[in-house]
Amino acid sequence: MGHIVIIGLNHRTAPVEIRERLAFPTEAIGHALRSLLERESLKEGVILSTCNRVEICALTTRGPQGTSEAKEFMAAYHGIPLGELNGHLYHYEKDEAVKHLFRVASSLDSMVLGEPQILGQVKDAYGYAVEFRTIGPVLDKFFAKTFSVAKRVRTETKVASSAVSVSYAAVELARKIFGDLSDKTVLLIGAGEMCELAARHLISAGVKGIMVTNRTFERAVKLAEEFGGMPIRFDEIPVHLKRADIVISSTGAPHFILQRQDIEEIIRIRKNRPMFFIDMAVPRDIDPDANQVDNVYVYDIDDLNNVIETNLEERQREALKAEEIVTEEVYSFRRWLDAQQATPTIINLRRKYEEVKNTEVAKAMTMLGTEDPKMRKVVESLASSLLNKILHAPISSLKKDANGKNQMDLVTVVREIFDLTEASERAGTGDADRTGETPQD
Amino acid sequence: MHIALLKVTTFFYLAGALLYLYFIITLNERGARLGRMSLMIGVILHAAGFGLRWAAAGYTPVTNLFESLSFFALTIAGAFLVVEIRYGLRTLGAFVAPLAFIFSIFSAFLPGEVAGLAPALNSYWLPIHVFLLFVGDAVFAVAFGAGIMYLMQEKQVKHKKMGAIFKRLPSLDVLDGINYRCLTIGFPLLTVGIITGSIWAEYAWGSYWSWDPKETWSLITWLLYAALLHGRLTVGWRGRKAAILAIVGFGAILFTFLGVNLLLPGLHSYSSLSR
Repeated sequence: MGHIVIIGLNHRTAPVEIRERLAFPTEAIGHALRSLLERESLKEGVILSTCNRVEICALTTRGPQGTSEAKEFMAAYHGIPLGELNGHLYHYEKDEAVKHLFRVASSLDSMVLGEPQILGQVKDAYGYAVEFRTIGPVLDKFFAKTFSVAKRVRTETKVASSAVSVSYAAVELARKIFGDLSDKTVLLIGAGEMCELAARHLISAGVKGIMVTNRTFERAVKLAEEFGGMPIRFDEIPVHLKRADIVISSTGAPHFILQRQDIEEIIRIRKNRPMFFIDMAVPRDIDPDANQVDNVYVYDIDDLNNVIETNLEERQREALKAEEIVTEEVYSFRRWLDAQQATPTIINLRRKYEEVKNTEVAKAMTMLGTEDPKMRKVVESLASSLLNKILHAPISSLKKDANGKNQMDLVTVVREIFDLTEASERAGTGDADRTGETPQD
Repeated sequence: MHIALLKVTTFFYLAGALLYLYFIITLNERGARLGRMSLMIGVILHAAGFGLRWAAAGYTPVTNLFESLSFFALTIAGAFLVVEIRYGLRTLGAFVAPLAFIFSIFSAFLPGEVAGLAPALNSYWLPIHVFLLFVGDAVFAVAFGAGIMYLMQEKQVKHKKMGAIFKRLPSLDVLDGINYRCLTIGFPLLTVGIITGSIWAEYAWGSYWSWDPKETWSLITWLLYAALLHGRLTVGWRGRKAAILAIVGFGAILFTFLGVNLLLPGLHSYSSLSR
């Protein structure tokens, strides 16, 4: 019987030197996918390769063999001895594999919990497998389910809802103060990685303009050019400050460059239009007392870090809810998967036509207008023997090739042409469970 | 029929308020959608009931406490729906819809029979005067809700807590914008409402202004909002200060409307409890 395996490594199990050697470049992914399926027991395959993880998800006809084949492929493809890799590789089979992919796509396994890129990367991986036809009905359903689980996690929990980096937290705050940023001007005082990042985020959030100043005017000019902003001289800050709605500051000054009184004065000139100061400097540039002034909001680096910390804690709390959703969905996917095996399919098939037979026999008896038991017996045996003869061929092929490479295809085809629906699927699984007939691989 | 309609709307306002509260707590979109629908049904039934009562009574039914409380609930729900649809501010519902419910249930406990019109009120000025003021007051009720939201959100930002409230409430700028918009709509209505009342008073009582408690308190209310509007336009009062004034102003409205009726007898005491 087929089942799903996932092998791979991620940022927790392997350092970047290993991950970069195992990455599958986009150009080569088609070739890699095809050579993956040349392995004896692997029927369907998807390769996920991002900077934080490389994983192979495959459908195999034989359990442990599939796992080792996938690992061997990973090593051989990159020309690295398997022994060297083994310490970094993890592998999951069946429900564990299903759970793993659900968690990955829902960003519960990410370096930054809840980061949104991973879902897109999983979708890309699926897209390549579709393009190069290495995906079949089972993995197709598996990935479709994965996307819906990730969507559920996103909408039903707040695992990705709040900013977890200083620069994003600054943008989120600006949005809560100003609403629309499209008519807001930013003043960037000084330079530094974090404040440049915040400025960049604000620009992509659509602010109207940016003014850049620095003690050395040449640096201001250079940075302004980079941002498409306007350079201003450091000693002219007071002149331009009134036009700034958002001030990001990060100078090396040993004392405050803006005192509370300066800011009170500016806010009066601005007729109380709000101002948001983001002070990334240590020692600080902006007098924190200015936060007391109406319509002035001053955040220093610690404030922003606190905000992020609270948000991270919230994400962790929400992740617990997300794990519950994942567990629930793993169970629901297993039900579907079980129904795709031969035994429940045979049970479904028999049950469905047994019902058809009974209805038709009853109909025939009414038409004959007799209750004669002998007559009934004849009709019944006619129906039974017809039914058995018709079902004999499909059932015996389902039984015959129970471990064959085409087993899953056959089950899918049989379910399709005999129209075995969801309802009968569930009945079949339940029945199989009770009689202990659940197919084991 | 009309009494039943007027009273049954209370349930729709209650459902609307609860659904909006459910929405703001769980952020489940369906809460906001159903809340809006519930308020809409309430407003439609309410307006129908109001129309039927008008037809049955033969005069504008805003002449006793039952009628005016009920009508105030209608105008608040209506004003909120307009703002919600225009600006998409669904969280506002959790703050304003309960007001509509409170006034509605208050009126539902009063006897609703048509009592006949006091001769002094028999004038075409009645609907004009009362409609202008109630719609104006309802607009200020929306500003009151936005003001409370502003203070809550401002506290979050000032105290640097990005908690549940921070995430749910809209931006300070949007809330302050609602404050301003309500002021520019409500203030002219209030002004013209008071002027028409004064003209009517000249006809009915022979004097434009007689300093009865209702008149005095409506002047106080008017001065509060006038100060806010003036401050906004000249020195740029906004944000916290404007929010506080919107809340105080609505307090003055409530006192002018209810406090005066219930506590201070005067010329306007048509709608005290004793009637």
